[in-house]
Amino acid sequence: MALTKADMAESLYEELGLNKREAKELVELFFEEVRSALGDAYHVKLSGFGNFVLRDKTERPGRNPKTGEEIPISARRVVTFRPGQKLKQRVEAYAGSQQ
Amino acid sequence: MTDESIDRSMMKSELIERIARKQSHLAYKDVELAVKSLLEQMSNALSSGERIEIRGFGSFSLHFRPPRSGRNPKTGDSVSLPGKHVPHFKPGKELRERVNHSLKKS
Repeated sequence: MALTKADMAESLYEELGLNKREAKELVELFFEEVRSALGDAYHVKLSGFGNFVLRDKTERPGRNPKTGEEIPISARRVVTFRPGQKLKQRVEAYAGSQQ
Repeated sequence: MTDESIDRSMMKSELIERIARKQSHLAYKDVELAVKSLLEQMSNALSSGERIEIRGFGSFSLHFRPPRSGRNPKTGDSVSLPGKHVPHFKPGKELRERVNHSLKKS
């Protein structure tokens, strides 16, 4: 069980009265705009939810786990998610099974 | 690791504007409501223990932090902190590639 784009579009259709095509396009566009801002080197800050933060990592030594051979892990830019205070508090209250 | 190199951000209001520009047949207000609904749906899912899976973007899930004992910094008394869940995001392949590619362009 997982929330998907289809579920999200369905809720927009039911809650906001967008037609099904508009709802689907909006969900696509939402994720595409976040992805493209991150791809254009913008952090993305969504208050109440969290921040997608870009980090530049320098090259560091690594190892091929199969052969044990040393190979450098090249410098790269990665995205991390830092949940906002509000989301953290809501999730903390979840008492479900330990994963 | 240096994370000071990027100093610009897109805030929620800018995200709403960008979407509204591309969906010009929708009122700005409707786009604003839709974005807020999407974030609320995602927060709701996570706070009820449900994962979120968006192909090409990434997945959100909960990680469990086991109970531990900590100390009250004022009194030095040891206190037991209960276990808790924290949100976790794993970027998808397309997002990872686009983000990393921006390093080579800069």
